[in-house]
Amino acid sequence: MSLLGEDILTEEGEFIINMGPQHPSTHGVLHLKLWLNGEEIKRVQPHLGYIHRSIEKMSESLSYRNFIFATSRMDYLSAHMNNEACALTVEKGLGIEIPERAQVIRILMSELTRLASHQLWWGSTGLDLGAVTPFFYAFREREAIMGIMEETCGARLTQNYNVPGGVMADIHPNFQKHTKEVMQQIKSKLDEYDDLLSGNVIFEARTKGVGVLSKEDAISYGVTGPTARGSGVSCDVRKWAPYSGYEKVQFNEILEEGGDSYARYMVRMREMKESISIIEQLIDNIPDGDFQAKTKNVIKLPKGEFFQRVETARGELGVYIVSDGAASPYRVKYRSPNFSNLFALPIMAKGGKIGDLVAIMSTLDLVIPDIDR
Amino acid sequence: MLTVNVILGVSLIAFLVVLCFFLGYMERKVAAFMQVRLGPNRVGPKGSLQIVADTIKLLFKEGLTPDSSDRFLFNIAPFIVVVTSMLVVAPIAFAKDFQLYDIHIGVLYVSSISSMGVIGILVAGWSSNNKYSLMGAMRSGAQIVSYELSVGLSLISIVVLTGSLNLNEIVLSQQNGWWLFKGHIPVMIAFVIFIIASTAELNRAPFDLAEAEQELTAGFHTEYSGMKFAMFLLSEYINLFVVSAIAATIFLGGWMPFHLGTWEAFNHVMDYIPSVLWFFGKTFFIIFIIMWFRWTFPRLRIDQLLNLEWKYLLPISMINLILVTVMAIMNWHF
Amino acid sequence: MNKEELKNVLSGYSSNIQFDETTEPLSAIVPAAEFFGLMQFLRKDAQSNFDFLNFMTCVDWKDHFMLVYFLHSTTYRHDVMIKVKLENRDEAEIETVCNIWRTAEFHEREVFDLFGVKFTHHPDLRRIFLDDAWEGHPLRKDYTDENMIEL
Repeated sequence: MSLLGEDILTEEGEFIINMGPQHPSTHGVLHLKLWLNGEEIKRVQPHLGYIHRSIEKMSESLSYRNFIFATSRMDYLSAHMNNEACALTVEKGLGIEIPERAQVIRILMSELTRLASHQLWWGSTGLDLGAVTPFFYAFREREAIMGIMEETCGARLTQNYNVPGGVMADIHPNFQKHTKEVMQQIKSKLDEYDDLLSGNVIFEARTKGVGVLSKEDAISYGVTGPTARGSGVSCDVRKWAPYSGYEKVQFNEILEEGGDSYARYMVRMREMKESISIIEQLIDNIPDGDFQAKTKNVIKLPKGEFFQRVETARGELGVYIVSDGAASPYRVKYRSPNFSNLFALPIMAKGGKIGDLVAIMSTLDLVIPDIDR
Repeated sequence: MLTVNVILGVSLIAFLVVLCFFLGYMERKVAAFMQVRLGPNRVGPKGSLQIVADTIKLLFKEGLTPDSSDRFLFNIAPFIVVVTSMLVVAPIAFAKDFQLYDIHIGVLYVSSISSMGVIGILVAGWSSNNKYSLMGAMRSGAQIVSYELSVGLSLISIVVLTGSLNLNEIVLSQQNGWWLFKGHIPVMIAFVIFIIASTAELNRAPFDLAEAEQELTAGFHTEYSGMKFAMFLLSEYINLFVVSAIAATIFLGGWMPFHLGTWEAFNHVMDYIPSVLWFFGKTFFIIFIIMWFRWTFPRLRIDQLLNLEWKYLLPISMINLILVTVMAIMNWHF
Repeated sequence: MNKEELKNVLSGYSSNIQFDETTEPLSAIVPAAEFFGLMQFLRKDAQSNFDFLNFMTCVDWKDHFMLVYFLHSTTYRHDVMIKVKLENRDEAEIETVCNIWRTAEFHEREVFDLFGVKFTHHPDLRRIFLDDAWEGHPLRKDYTDENMIEL
């Protein structure tokens, strides 16, 4: 049907364009409807639901051991941390303490996942802004990390390694040596990445001052994670509500005041360095002991409500379980970080150009399946 | 005479097509090595016949013409683009005494014919009857027309120094050294501006907003498929070759070997290397630099792109032109 | 503030609030009539300063809905769960809080889509995940569909 035949201008003279759902730059199936005046964006409206799989409803018919693994598919780049959130909530409900060895293994795997996720984010940021080469360099590093995961957990992306009580199996004997080698490799490359992209004049021109999110707006829109930390909101769950042994680890919470895309970019670049430092602190000090606490075969949580939050690579994931004593949860609610982060996009993009929208979306680091669940 | 000219013309076109096969292969291999991977390595020895395979694939694709597009304009746009790029190759001197068309206003001819290519792009975007193509074509058109000014001004700096628009005379005037070294600072500035502005003229990264896949699918050639799409690609590579050849001719001496002033012995040795090798060596060096840009830098937004031209490159080119003129009058060059 | 102090602040606002001490952050069940006033109070009160709405959801208890609002304070780092019981499942309605916390606009759309709770004065109340033409609200316990398979 001809587009020029019908009225493509609204009454205010704005031009409506659909970006997505299939589009190389929206990191998933996100449909954005843009109201444009020439090149300037007047309004952005996200349309969701293209990958809604009703994980919350499904969890109501799965057992407490099984529902954890559906969450790997929500924010698949922080799959381990999603699983950890569910496992921690179930453990809270059962009231059990997990052994120290399991805690340290969980932290190591979480930080490796965070590193891999931030690497992919860096590569796709370069790709979105037109620099194709960072994508290949980032994936080279990511492949190394996924090699470690495959050795221990058996899978590269959706590891399914956490169970209520600890981790599913002990770490591979080669784990420590392999991780140390990979950390050496990545440390030497991070400075190279700073040279390639962060210091580049064109990159700075594309991201500085673009998509400013003020601190009040960030809090009001419920934004968490590196996106909020780029606006100066101190919200790292690992710091203020430590779980799983994070209170014993030394690391800094990275805050930037700018609130623009460049600030969010620098937060994630520095977080990668912090993750490497955490891994290096723990890799030689994995305590001996059990890797899993004893739990019954069929887990039944007592009647009540349980909530646990973890810091994924994108923000605060909260798992809220309502139990009525049965073998499946009565209601599970996932407080997904990307859901809240997405809706800060319209105020960040308003008044900018389409090129700015792409830069903002890449520094927001959204994973759409986490929004739709 | 007529048959000779026709044969020359046809062989030039064949040469250009083969050159584009080579350039496409070079682009993919250069990209691959910069991205820590191998690139085409299956079709033909070390993947050299890859582009031939791609061309055969494009030949077999269905050439769709959208229903409600302007048929005549839609079909003619690729031809405009290809014809203008091929016309510019005529006055370029590939080797000593080997020039197809020695026109005495060589520089002006090159500049004016290459600016006709923008008509093809605008016609392609308009006739596709697609919001995205239209936006891409508009952006492209604005970009190309703006950057032509800087290109022209940097070419004029050398015209001022040699006093002639004829490409042959410009090459001959570099007998005792290439203009890039003889003209030192102002000519080096002009060279840098020429390279930047030509990359923008070619719609290549970091100025390829018109074809940025991440933003507007493929810009002005979204609706084209099959052989017509191949023509757009062909013209892009021919333009790349032409721009590098002009840069090589005007700034780097064309087919003139590397002479160092009056060191007879050195110059004599340099003369042994055939002039055609000198010419192609310099041209491919510049092509390599332009390809290197593509895989290193992120792309500029459209307003930043136009800002760069109108607020930075154009004033610098104009001041540079005055400097070159002063230099030419006062004979301050080598 | 710990649970005791929060209890005092909330009881100070209204005496009709019931508390549930068994949950991890304090739960407070508010009657629907006093709900909006309490939300505004919690946002503005300097002692509690609940400026962050973590999430908002609904639990279907077969004869009534229980809306859960999980509030958090970025300055004091304390949480509270405010619950509202909605008796009438078919015509459940409550005031929107999207003028207090901007993120509520989208959480409320999700609850409307999946449960059918209407929010009065909401700027744009329509389905968020499912098709506009979808009938029924899937997360209700009595939802059936011809595509559902009994295992």
